[in-house]
Amino acid sequence: MLRDDKVISSITLTLSPGHPRHLVKLNMTTFAIETNQLRKVFGDNTAVRGLTLQVQAGEVFGFLGPNGAGKTTSIKMLLGLGAPTAGSARLLGAPLGDRAARARIGFLPEHFRFHDWLSAVEFLNLHAQLYGMSPGQQRQRVPELLELVGLTPFRNKQLRTFSKGMLQRVGLAQALLNRPALVFLDEPTSGLDPVGRRLVRDIIRNLREEGTTVFLNSHLLSEVEITCDRVAFIKHGEVIRVSELKTLVDGETAVAVRASGLTPEILAGLRQWGQDVRADGDHLTLTVANDSALPAINRYLVTQGAEVYALTPQRLSLEELFIQIVGTDGGL
Amino acid sequence: MVTLIITRLTFLEAVRRKVALAALLLGLAFLILYALGFHFITHETGLGDEAGPTGTLLRNQVYNFFTNAGLYAVNFLSIAMAALVSADTLAGEINSGTIQALVTKPVRRAEIVFGKWLGFAGLLALYLLLMAGGVMGIVYLDAGYQVPKALTGVSIIYLEGLLIMTITLACSSMFSALATGGIVFGLYGLAFIGGWVEQIGAILKNQTAINIGIISSLIIPSEALFRRAAFEMTSPVVQALGLSFGPAFVISVPSPAMVIYGGLYLLVILGLAVRQFSRRDL
Repeated sequence: MLRDDKVISSITLTLSPGHPRHLVKLNMTTFAIETNQLRKVFGDNTAVRGLTLQVQAGEVFGFLGPNGAGKTTSIKMLLGLGAPTAGSARLLGAPLGDRAARARIGFLPEHFRFHDWLSAVEFLNLHAQLYGMSPGQQRQRVPELLELVGLTPFRNKQLRTFSKGMLQRVGLAQALLNRPALVFLDEPTSGLDPVGRRLVRDIIRNLREEGTTVFLNSHLLSEVEITCDRVAFIKHGEVIRVSELKTLVDGETAVAVRASGLTPEILAGLRQWGQDVRADGDHLTLTVANDSALPAINRYLVTQGAEVYALTPQRLSLEELFIQIVGTDGGL
Repeated sequence: MVTLIITRLTFLEAVRRKVALAALLLGLAFLILYALGFHFITHETGLGDEAGPTGTLLRNQVYNFFTNAGLYAVNFLSIAMAALVSADTLAGEINSGTIQALVTKPVRRAEIVFGKWLGFAGLLALYLLLMAGGVMGIVYLDAGYQVPKALTGVSIIYLEGLLIMTITLACSSMFSALATGGIVFGLYGLAFIGGWVEQIGAILKNQTAINIGIISSLIIPSEALFRRAAFEMTSPVVQALGLSFGPAFVISVPSPAMVIYGGLYLLVILGLAVRQFSRRDL
């Protein structure tokens, strides 16, 4: 199986020419998150091999990868839950651990557990205090957020009485307390019913309109498709590809070819029109930027001596693309 | 201040999770039992009938013995409370992931440890005030006897409780709640056995046994601290004989230096707790 793995290590690949933001000057302050070869080793297990990526301020950035790819470990390194073994990163222009930056960062953990003997209001007040918010700010913000996540009727109930979905919503409220410039959401919709998911999607959309950067770690590809601007595909703790979501789903097309006589040279030559060239006997798939490449590919295969039986473009969903890019062998 | 926010949270947790209530009820149950026992011994057995200075001396020895016996039980109870309440604190939060949303705020990890420490120190102080005050109050109200150097003695007992609590907190920052409980229980047992080995060594004049006891006191000073406290609260007559009439029948009395050692030991362990919690992955 031939497969193109791209390890992105330079800034230029994160912006495609058609995108308006490529005109923005690239300086430190436009990046909400930048990492440089972040690495995490546990004993002889390398959870994150070398993570390098940049997230623009104000965008909704998706983090996709199979189980065990190092997504949560990467987030933990960024947030100060685990020190990196090597590499560096900056959040909101400041080094990791900077407390002033932390005051402007929100985090919803994947396995959200909170002190369940606190009521919703007490819980939010506690976290507001830890953010350094004044009592006046707390009095205004806490009811506001309870209303936003639809938990106002339960504000005085202890968290131990909350369902999983309610806990997730109050956790989301906690992440937004201090009007953060950057929010990390680790699987924010995993426990929610469709109504809850719609709510979270709307909240993310509003955050985006306010210019908040959202870093979203999610398995729910349909959610990512709807909410994110760009996605990074992670495997074995490395960024395999970063793509504009619009390009991925609108422009990119998978092409399925059935042909005999496919040699490695022919397959290598196909890279000039597309990426993720994979061959399995007579079956070949690759991804092209748009349909105009199809006749050229057909001509190329024929002139190179392959016998072409079928050449079919296919609409790709993010899920299929995910599997194509990341492969089915990456999951743990 | 973050530390105080966490201190307040620790208090709130003890109250909300009914730990404070359970400790209070058990404590009161003990005090009632103690009051009844003391009253019976001192008023029903003819002890009060002895007249003259000999009678007074005898009575005072008995009162002293009983006060120290009561304080020995209080000592054990407060240590058990200190360990049980604080074993789960960091370990449980780390295990459940509750700690994640706290540590990612603009706080120092050290502030979380100090905040919890202060909270538990406060709870312990209240508990000891109730229990030791209760025991001594019962003795005073029932027999008019005041144990000598009560404040010194109870302060040393408080130090002992703080020591065990700090060790528990440090273990909680590194190990699971269960392992923490096991370690602290094991250390307490070591101190207990070591204390007795030292006592027996003193009686039998066996220097090896005494040394074993001393080493165990250096590893875990809790028992030695109590023996010092008991000695401080022993009536002067018995003290002059170089021993105390507590239920532990202290013969080998630790020097005052042990108190200072206990204090330094506590600071080192607290430093360890802060260091470990600050560095570990969560």
